Amino acid sequence: MSSLAEPPRRVWTFIAERLGRWGINGRVAVLLAPTLWLVVFFVLPLLVVFKIALSAFAMGRPPYLPMFEWGADESLSITLHFSNFLFLLRDTLYVNAYVNSVRIAAISTVMALLIAFPMAWYIARSDEKYRNLLLMLVILPFWTSFLLRVYAWMGFLGRNGVINNVLMSLGIIDQPLTMLQTEGAVFVGIVYTYLPFMVLPLYTTLVKLDQNLIEASSDLGAKPFTTFWTIILPLSMPGIIAGSMLVFIPAIGEFVIPALLGGAETLMIGRVLWDEFFSNRDWPVASAVAIVMLVILLVPILLLNHAQNAVVEKDA
Amino acid sequence: MKRGLLVPVLTVAGFAFLYLPIISLIVFSFNESRLVTVWTGFSLRWYAELFQDSQIVSAAILSLQIAAVSATIATVLGTLAGLALTRFGRFRGRTAFAGMVSAPLVMPEVITGLSLLLLFVAMEAAFGWPSGRGFTTIVIAHSTFCMAYVTVVVRSRLLDMDKSLDEAAMDLGATPVRVFFDITLPIISPALISGWLLAFTLSLDDLVIASFVTGPGASTLPIVIFSKIRLGVSPDVNALATIIIGIVAIGVVGATLVGMRRRPRG
Repeated sequence: MSSLAEPPRRVWTFIAERLGRWGINGRVAVLLAPTLWLVVFFVLPLLVVFKIALSAFAMGRPPYLPMFEWGADESLSITLHFSNFLFLLRDTLYVNAYVNSVRIAAISTVMALLIAFPMAWYIARSDEKYRNLLLMLVILPFWTSFLLRVYAWMGFLGRNGVINNVLMSLGIIDQPLTMLQTEGAVFVGIVYTYLPFMVLPLYTTLVKLDQNLIEASSDLGAKPFTTFWTIILPLSMPGIIAGSMLVFIPAIGEFVIPALLGGAETLMIGRVLWDEFFSNRDWPVASAVAIVMLVILLVPILLLNHAQNAVVEKDA
Repeated sequence: MKRGLLVPVLTVAGFAFLYLPIISLIVFSFNESRLVTVWTGFSLRWYAELFQDSQIVSAAILSLQIAAVSATIATVLGTLAGLALTRFGRFRGRTAFAGMVSAPLVMPEVITGLSLLLLFVAMEAAFGWPSGRGFTTIVIAHSTFCMAYVTVVVRSRLLDMDKSLDEAAMDLGATPVRVFFDITLPIISPALISGWLLAFTLSLDDLVIASFVTGPGASTLPIVIFSKIRLGVSPDVNALATIIIGIVAIGVVGATLVGMRRRPRG
């Protein structure tokens, strides 16, 4: 009898053992799949960009010269061209585009912060029942197409747009205002698109803010402004930094918003890279533009990382 | 009194800023006139024209297919990455892995697009794959950046989840694979669904990355819309926008209401 009962048990332990062993292998597999994917399709492409940024432009397909070349005497010659980077520095177009991008992104970030703070504060202080609903209302536009939300502003700001029509029918103006294809429209577009990214981290820090501290401060005779400046603002700093970087970082490389809402003179680096690639077909210069953009983004990305860790630590 | 009113007024103004352009977009999709900003009368003609526009219809079908495949790949890879980051303790190279997983979130779209295109061109020259660009290359690009978003969603759900359930199953002799499929997966499935939906939406919406990595004959919906609106507003795009916004609004509101009803019960 026991000999009959034994095989199934042996089979079971065999499978369990196998699965157990597979579990350990599974750990490796779990790590390996995303790692391989990201190395091939994220890290490697950036190295390719770096390589091509150091190659010379050439007419042809692909439009750059090889970096590694076997000479006639079978010696490998490696040619690095820093000329693309020098070209960026010499031409005021690129320098202006970088400076402009940082300036436009910074101004938009401050505008978004000023609009988002009262909203986040109101939601964090409102009845718990309504918080989720209000947060959903903030996030809802984010789920609808980004491209179509930018498009909505074209209809709003245009020469025959809604704002001009309303102002003219009210008799406030008699000539339509030029709002589309200006830098102002780019500000509006960036603030509008990235506002949810500012509201959410602000809300996360404000909702955790201890109400007692605010009450204590006002009980001790502090004016509302003093309470805000000395208690609320410092305590919500991680949220302010995280939200600001979440607006600032994508705004730097923005292409769609300046292309649709900005004018010809609204130079932003994302648009310059696009034109360099699609119109001039100069891949080495486009790659060099990308590398410099990454360098500019390094400090904001580290700041964001730091702020996010601070928010997470507070949770724990 | 003044102080009590300031914040609510600013909040209402903020919400108006968020919603007025969308509302005007929807209203003028039902306008009879070609002018999208002067109301002449109610009409559904732009919806009719939209469905007769074969370019838009085929671009929409292509975009939906790309989004479905990309979201699925991104969800599988993102879930694996989320598991590794929450359940594997401190393994060697964890910081590098975490950095690599979240880096696509902060990478400017123009750089992601440019770098992947340069990679695909170099790969084609070296191995002959991918031969040409189109569906496959867009799916690879979208899976890569969407995966980072899925990881964030899945990871936070795994952190919230009661770890003792996993440990109890493990103590009772379940193998890690069984624990994952019987315990972890059912618990985190809402996060997988919202991660998939997020990835699907992001893929459906992407213009910049797809423009870089696409080839002739593979125009996604955003590429077609962009080439149309670059020349100015056009009412059939309003109609298309209204349909998309309607679907999304119903989905998000529905999901939130279901989530709200479920929460009190635990």
